Amino acid sequence: MTAILRLSEVVKTFPGVRALDGVHLEVREGEVHCLLGQNGAGKSTLIKVLAGVHHADAGEILWQGEPFAPASPQAAMRAGIATIHQELDLVDDLSVAENVFLGHEPSRFGFTRRHGAAARTRTILTELGHPEIPPGRLTRDLPAAGKQIVSMARALSHDARLIVMDEPSAVLAHDEVANLFRIIRELTANGIAVVYISHRLAEIREIGDRVTVLKDGRTTAAGLPARTPTRELVGRMTGRAFEYVFPPREAKAGAAPLLEVCDLSRAGEFAGVSLTVRPGEIVGIAGLVGSGRSELLETIFGARVADRGTVTLDGRRITGVGQAVAHGMGMAPEERKSQALLLDEPVFKNMTLASFTGFARAGFTAAGRERAAARRTADNLELRPRDVDRPVRTLSGGNQQKVVVGRWLLGHTRLLLLDEPTRGVDVGARAELYQVVHDLAADGVGVLLVSSEVPEVLGLADRVLVMREGRLIHEAPAGELDEDTVLDLVMAGSLMEGEAA
Amino acid sequence: MIAETALPKAPKYDDNLLRNLGLVGVLLVLVVIGIVTRPELYSDPSWVRDNILTILQQASAIGVVTVGMTFVIIGGGIDLSVGAIIALAGVWSTTLATQSYGAGGMIFTALVVGVAVGLVNGVLIAYGKLVPFIATLAMLVSARGLAAQISGKQTQVSANETINSLATAKPLGIPLLVWILALVVGAGWVLLNRTTFGRRTVAVGGNPEAARLAGINVKRHTVLLYVLSGLCCGIGAIMLTSQATSAQAAMANLYELDAIAAAIIGGTLLSGGRGTIVGALFGVLVFSTITNLFAINNLATEVQNMVKGGIIVAAVLLQQFRYRSFTNLLRRRNVGNNS
Repeated sequence: MTAILRLSEVVKTFPGVRALDGVHLEVREGEVHCLLGQNGAGKSTLIKVLAGVHHADAGEILWQGEPFAPASPQAAMRAGIATIHQELDLVDDLSVAENVFLGHEPSRFGFTRRHGAAARTRTILTELGHPEIPPGRLTRDLPAAGKQIVSMARALSHDARLIVMDEPSAVLAHDEVANLFRIIRELTANGIAVVYISHRLAEIREIGDRVTVLKDGRTTAAGLPARTPTRELVGRMTGRAFEYVFPPREAKAGAAPLLEVCDLSRAGEFAGVSLTVRPGEIVGIAGLVGSGRSELLETIFGARVADRGTVTLDGRRITGVGQAVAHGMGMAPEERKSQALLLDEPVFKNMTLASFTGFARAGFTAAGRERAAARRTADNLELRPRDVDRPVRTLSGGNQQKVVVGRWLLGHTRLLLLDEPTRGVDVGARAELYQVVHDLAADGVGVLLVSSEVPEVLGLADRVLVMREGRLIHEAPAGELDEDTVLDLVMAGSLMEGEAA
Repeated sequence: MIAETALPKAPKYDDNLLRNLGLVGVLLVLVVIGIVTRPELYSDPSWVRDNILTILQQASAIGVVTVGMTFVIIGGGIDLSVGAIIALAGVWSTTLATQSYGAGGMIFTALVVGVAVGLVNGVLIAYGKLVPFIATLAMLVSARGLAAQISGKQTQVSANETINSLATAKPLGIPLLVWILALVVGAGWVLLNRTTFGRRTVAVGGNPEAARLAGINVKRHTVLLYVLSGLCCGIGAIMLTSQATSAQAAMANLYELDAIAAAIIGGTLLSGGRGTIVGALFGVLVFSTITNLFAINNLATEVQNMVKGGIIVAAVLLQQFRYRSFTNLLRRRNVGNNS
């Protein structure tokens, strides 16, 4: 097989940062080439260089043997490199066909030929194994997986020879991932090359042919076989040895329950959920996106109104967020930026967002005392940089998450709800966040944790609840479960059905 | 983590200071134009002093309204009904029945009407889930309608000497209305920058969902913001009534636009979460200085409105440019930071 894309010594600098600092990459015809690296390793920048969004400052890019420097995303597309971005760049209010041919609509005399576009879209969707998606349907009405298919159809409509997929599986459920892989295999069978980016090593093993690892903008391993042991891959990514690093800990939960959730239900989201969390206990909920876990957490926190059932904290009914916070509940929501942070405000004001009234005297805020308290918390959390006056926008994802968690360390939080606490957080900051959660539990704080990463739930929690389609279907101490068992439960609920039979 | 070592220096928040200095620069330019076009006037120091006080006095009512407007905009809303609230409060407080209760009754009525209308706005927006633009647009129409109904479309003369003397009183040589403006601006600054109310305003406007999940009662605070704006309108209504010694349904026409424009020029982000009281005050002063400049040169007000429009566009373009380049810089520097 011949190389269709070859990068050597590619450098891309932004003011103050060398985002790419010597990248080598060789992609062969018809292979799935995986790109691996922590947050900040330069994967996104590299993709943008290939997609024509950025231009490399130095180094050589050869595309099908010719020097390649696309002036725009359109130019890259025309040259045969299509990119499926992480945030799908579809226009929700256009139809499927309009999205597929966006920017290169079949037209005659300036009038778009809708029927031609629809017919070609249907052909492409059929090739992708999704003839059921109507080309005329509004893209808004499609589920995430459907949108991904549309994105892929757009790439194919350009007769792409190389398709770059940036974390395509992040928004997909398990069976949809299987379909994605099937499509990728068909593409590669036709000689199309795929650059595949994912944080999930298991996926890379399953679909990848070779792996290139980036660290700090450099290629640390080029073209390794996908079967390379985890230890080595993670080592190349981080300089460390493990994918998940959980600090050792002794569980010593109190006896009386701190949080009691009884028969909680919300139509269309979850039903009949009962659970308890004791002081000093870490309870993990494993479940897929869409299993109702985030909705459950928000309802426990009082941010959504339950149709049925009760939430009590230390015997007190919780019915609203204000009350939940006043009684010592805190939540780090799933979407950090849109649900938790004032991005342009300084770190300390973000940390005290739930407690500034407590620092204030007679309605007057006490910025000095808030700053001092935020500084102590920043020290505990090893916030980097340790500057509490810096706007939160300028922090990395992991440090932003620390600010959100720090918010609840400042108050008198007794129960912390964590929704996907390590999404978008790199391995180093993860380990630090895990340590913070353990320290909290050691201080007697109850923690209720939701994560789609099963190893994280198993490694962090004392007790694991498995959620599927809005119901808790299994409960066991973390030590009695392994990843495969939990995954089986999450997908099919087989154990529960077995018990019932 | 490349970005760790290469993070930009924390941008200090003197973005606002820069903009305010810019507005002071604009004011100076306007003064220089005044000196160049009417040198004979500026040669008289007592005229200069009086003219400054005139500018400030003309800025007083709209300045008070702009303080309220600035809070509403920072809190993520907009209040198109401020001019109409002033008209309603002015007319209601100058009916013969209200005037019979004396100056206290008139002031009380104006404030209560302002607060009540603000309350209706706030409740419609926070609990009725109306878009602020629509809710206050409807209020604009109906409040002026009600004012016309009450006044019978007549100009209602204020026969109350105390009220009328507010506009002429000059404690310590400075007009009382200017003192009121100073007081409201000072109180507004403290309220925004030093109180939990101000912190909540920034949080609610900057990210309502984050504010809500941090335990802040976003709906109640939204109502309070419109009540505050209404209260400022009540104060403004008294100030305008005393200046004109009368009130009518058409008074304070287009005040909403002047107040919004002043706030925006002063650096308040129309999308909420950011803004300053001092900047808004400068915005008001720029407008009233332009008006004054045209008046001392005996020029038509039509041209003046065109100049005002141009200044608004220029200010917003500048703001977008600066804001965009500022955020772009951060985004670029952090580019390797989110994959």
